Amino acid sequence: MSAGTVTTPMVEIKSVTKSFGPVEVLRGIDLTVRTGEVTVVLGPSGSGKSTLLRTINHLEKVDGGQVSVDGSLVGYRRSGDKLYELREREILKQRTGIGFVFQNFHLFPHLTVLENITEAPVSALKRSKAEAAETARRLLTRVGLAEKAGAYPRQLSGGQQQRVAIARALALEPKLLLFDEPTSALDPELVGEVLDVIKDLAHQGTTMIVVTHEIGFAREVADTVVFMDEGRIVEQGPPSQVLDAPRHERTKSFLSKVI
Amino acid sequence: MPLTSDPPLSKAPERARTDAPEAALEIVPVRHPGRWIASALTAVLLAQFAHGLVTNPGWEWPVFAQYFTAETILRAVGTTLQLTVYGTALGFLLGLVLAFMRLSDSPFLRAVAVGYIWIFRAVPLIVQLLFWFNLAYLYKRLDIGIPFGPGFVSFDTAGLVGAMSAAVLGLALHQAAYAAEIVRGGVLAVDSGQTQAAAALGIPRLRQLRRIVLPQAMRSILPNAANEVISLFKGTSIVSVMAIGELFYQAQVIYGRNGRVVPLLMVATVWYVLLTGALSVLQHYIERHFAKGATR
Repeated sequence: MSAGTVTTPMVEIKSVTKSFGPVEVLRGIDLTVRTGEVTVVLGPSGSGKSTLLRTINHLEKVDGGQVSVDGSLVGYRRSGDKLYELREREILKQRTGIGFVFQNFHLFPHLTVLENITEAPVSALKRSKAEAAETARRLLTRVGLAEKAGAYPRQLSGGQQQRVAIARALALEPKLLLFDEPTSALDPELVGEVLDVIKDLAHQGTTMIVVTHEIGFAREVADTVVFMDEGRIVEQGPPSQVLDAPRHERTKSFLSKVI
Repeated sequence: MPLTSDPPLSKAPERARTDAPEAALEIVPVRHPGRWIASALTAVLLAQFAHGLVTNPGWEWPVFAQYFTAETILRAVGTTLQLTVYGTALGFLLGLVLAFMRLSDSPFLRAVAVGYIWIFRAVPLIVQLLFWFNLAYLYKRLDIGIPFGPGFVSFDTAGLVGAMSAAVLGLALHQAAYAAEIVRGGVLAVDSGQTQAAAALGIPRLRQLRRIVLPQAMRSILPNAANEVISLFKGTSIVSVMAIGELFYQAQVIYGRNGRVVPLLMVATVWYVLLTGALSVLQHYIERHFAKGATR
């Protein structure tokens, strides 16, 4: 996609570690994601891929190492050789630049589809209600749900809910989109409609990191495929390499089970 | 399905084998003779009770009718409602603060909230009310100023904390301890994914609580809160020990004067029943409002 041109990194992850009690979930992760690229993270359950994704918008605090997005540290401010933890307000502000799509959608059930999408632009970015509603309707058209603006989330199918969740994330015009297993909670026949929306975004040059089990999607859309196991990155590279000619035994055995 | 397997052998076995088309078969609902007997017995008991209410002269219905809408009683109903409204409003406001103190990350704030809830659930309401009523004995003057330092404005406690405000204060502080636990329960019942999604969208913290968490928590808060409001409403009758002219006190005053105990107790009772009914209706509509988007 960006072959030949020099691109600045959108995400830089440096030797990140994270434990939950005695369990080491991330054991020194280094990863660079360039602007405009799609990175797909694969790996077995418990390999730390969702946790890694959650450190990028500081939903999960790292124990060691640093994460930067678009050149600024996530969750901290550096002054000299000290890192100062940011106030919650500053962290919330950072997050408005990073869209996050959850496995279980987490739409707000008591708000209509339109209100779900306009809530953050109005309260976090101080947009006017009319402006936010206009953007929301445009985004709903884009994900094919223009007629559902007044519906409540529980009146929608899982696939429709996830498309609303994507529109909700896009409403903040983020420079980076993070997807945490966006199709894992869906009935098989609804997976396609959500993947189509994500593919569409990828083709428009949105920088995104997608944690998924959809190998076909990875092959079609990813610029880089990252394979994780036991809190480490085992191998990474273009899909043609990682998916079709994996170098590590662990990658081979994982792929042989999921394809 | 045709009724082929084991047709009843006793009566008219040939009817089970008629060639009626399946769509035309008559469905005979199961009978509930036990239900009928129980209903009849209950109806008899109710009729006896109603008969007693009408025929027993001890109820003194004319006296009841005379006092039910008497001006003193109506004013007393107003005082009771006032105590309920102020007690509920202040109680739930303080309860909300206490709930979030108990849910906060500060161990000190948590401990203070736990301590408050412990003490105010432990002290009987009537004991507490008498304490507030006698506040002037403990603190003669109240000063507003620098803590432990000089005061700017000074009040005479006896003048400031009259019987009515002592009662509201007591009811509210008592109510706050229960309200705090009800609100906390409601907040805990909201899926943690909701706050995560709100945080991921950068929605400011207070806005998260007000717009995302509390409206969803309301669904489990409301039934319990309605119980509390109703019990506070009736709890106002305890305030009669402080000689405040609320409904029960006023009824007592009147029957102390004219000796018609039963009809005046009925006056108070019917008012309590009617107003509790009104509160239940109100509860229904508020719950319906907060059920937006829910499937059940």
